[in-house]
Amino acid sequence: MKFILMMGMKAGKESMSKGIMSWPKQDIQAHIGFMMAFNKQLKEAGELVSAEGLAWPDQAKLVRAGEDGIPITDGVFPESKEFLIGYWIIDVESPERAYQVAARASSAPGPGGAPLNMPIEVRQVMSGPPEELQ
Amino acid sequence: MTRPSWDVPIEQLLRELTPLVLGTVVRRFRDFAAAEDAVQEASLAAAQDWPRQGLPENPRAWLTQVAFRRMADHFRSESARRRRESEVALEAAYAPDSTAIETAPQEDDTLVLLFMCCHPALTPASAIALTLRAVGGLTTAEIARAFLVPEATMAQRISRAKQSIKNSGIPFQLPTSEERAQRLRAVLHVLYLIFNEGYTSSVGPELRRSDLTQEALRLTRIVHNLQPNDTEAAGLLALMLLTDARRRARASAAGELIPLAQQDRALWDRQQIAEGVALLSATLPKGSVGPYQLQAAIAAVHDEASRAEDTDWPQILALYDLLGRMSDNPVVRLNHAIAAAMVHGAAKGLELLDTLKLDDRLADHHRMDAVRAHLLERAGDRAGAVRHYRAAAGKTGSLPERNYLLTQAARLSSELGPMSEQE
Amino acid sequence: MKYMLLMTGTKADFDWYARWPKQDLQAHFAFMHAFSMELKDSGAFVAAEGLAFPDQAKLVRAGSDGTPITDGVFPEAKEFLAGYWIVDVESPEEAYKIAARASAAPHPPRHGPGGPAENQPIEVRQVMSGPPEELL
Repeated sequence: MKFILMMGMKAGKESMSKGIMSWPKQDIQAHIGFMMAFNKQLKEAGELVSAEGLAWPDQAKLVRAGEDGIPITDGVFPESKEFLIGYWIIDVESPERAYQVAARASSAPGPGGAPLNMPIEVRQVMSGPPEELQ
Repeated sequence: MTRPSWDVPIEQLLRELTPLVLGTVVRRFRDFAAAEDAVQEASLAAAQDWPRQGLPENPRAWLTQVAFRRMADHFRSESARRRRESEVALEAAYAPDSTAIETAPQEDDTLVLLFMCCHPALTPASAIALTLRAVGGLTTAEIARAFLVPEATMAQRISRAKQSIKNSGIPFQLPTSEERAQRLRAVLHVLYLIFNEGYTSSVGPELRRSDLTQEALRLTRIVHNLQPNDTEAAGLLALMLLTDARRRARASAAGELIPLAQQDRALWDRQQIAEGVALLSATLPKGSVGPYQLQAAIAAVHDEASRAEDTDWPQILALYDLLGRMSDNPVVRLNHAIAAAMVHGAAKGLELLDTLKLDDRLADHHRMDAVRAHLLERAGDRAGAVRHYRAAAGKTGSLPERNYLLTQAARLSSELGPMSEQE
Repeated sequence: MKYMLLMTGTKADFDWYARWPKQDLQAHFAFMHAFSMELKDSGAFVAAEGLAFPDQAKLVRAGSDGTPITDGVFPEAKEFLAGYWIVDVESPEEAYKIAARASAAPHPPRHGPGGPAENQPIEVRQVMSGPPEELL
């Protein structure tokens, strides 16, 4: 079964100022190091399908089709909006295993090396085959 | 990267030969994981050398020699503790001519490999990957594509599966006669899973995964040929033939699922149906009837009806009754409820579903809601059907299935009129 | 350059989608199918996925001993990811054009027949090939 594990952050001024950008350098590197080791473990377990990080929310754009189909782009989002900043797609035997993996991701270290305990949203990816409809 | 056209026959040849060579190497060196690596390397070497230098006189012996040399290298690099074993291996590796290489009959080795790769100690995903690789001869990349994972991930799965086999000390030999029946069940189960994965995924133009159904059919044919007296192997082959016969009718060009009752039966493969029916007719009288034969028989009854309304539902119900007695499979029970509804009315089917509510495996399963919806519709409870179609849509993990379920809910909903929006 | 195109919705949006009339659903499925094919033909396609409905979503944290703590409660107004495309294009403008195409997916009027037919906004984010430069 394939699951997506999503890591989000708010982009408001307060969140950004307290966010990873403000940590001491070694804490940032510890965080990145954790993530790289985490991805490697998933790869070695044969569970990793993909892992991606997204650019900072301040570069996010919202696009609509205008009347003539031409894109209308906008960079303004509500203060409270939660942005996706990274995700993993894993292929595992059960939802419980997916939650285990998510819990591990959640424990990535933050400032001072303490586990961040970020909430990770977990949902099934709709790539399963349909069952016989006999 | 495009390959020259002469590589295609070489690829096919390698696919046929590598499992045979693997059997020989494992038989000689008793180390499945190392043997699989060695044979893979030999296969890669062949893929590079043969197009340039032409096919060797005896391609199988060529591969075997190269694999043996790799095995010798492998043992040579082991620690001093294993020196004694290495010496034996080195002697074996440098046999002066190809006649010294045991070429055990193809049949025994393929079956032994299958038993090994489908060992109950492995998870289904591992067994599937290993079987496709070691017995099917598919490349890791091909298997990865079939399961929509990166090649590196699939390589890891296969590697870990080989390690499990190594750690559990499974010997390279046919199971004892006491274990044989159970181990063969395990093999058939893995082949069934491979077939199912391929068949149910081949919706719409994404036909690459139909390779899996072809592979499952091919391997099941081999098992049937090697064990002609095993009625369940024959039953599984018949089931696959009779199910695969419908492949062209089960989805629209846009990828929408079409249930059995609405399929255009002119698109069914009549020849394949005839083959499946013939096989089943030859097998059932042997008297050792099992679940695959019964499922095949049910498929045959469906396939023989020229229109959905001609389906012999009483016959299907009788078969599900029998099947329910030998198999605890919850999906079987759901299908049984549908058959009961077709014969005795929707209320009877719904009654049976209620008895299934206590089954943990089914309680929160989307199929339960989907079948209930279908039966409620037949019973005239459109609002209830809409509710359960939507519930099922929210629970399924398959996009084509979700789309189908939402469409059913929408269809019924419009028949109900605006009041239905309160659901 | 790789970009992720995100289609999101609130729970209410998903409930609305699940209740679309049959022909609107079928038009939507056909559009999505054709859109993916177009992207594949143009060579821009990297990946596309649909996700399970938000009812299935779980929020997971590590408990003090590392065991997962799962929770299914989300704020009413939360935007859930419904699905996404990953495209590989020469410039952000190309990505916006593709996003505009996705945004134009057909749908029934939002607030009953005759209501405003706003196109679905698509969030566009660049996919990073490594940790953001600012962090290194």
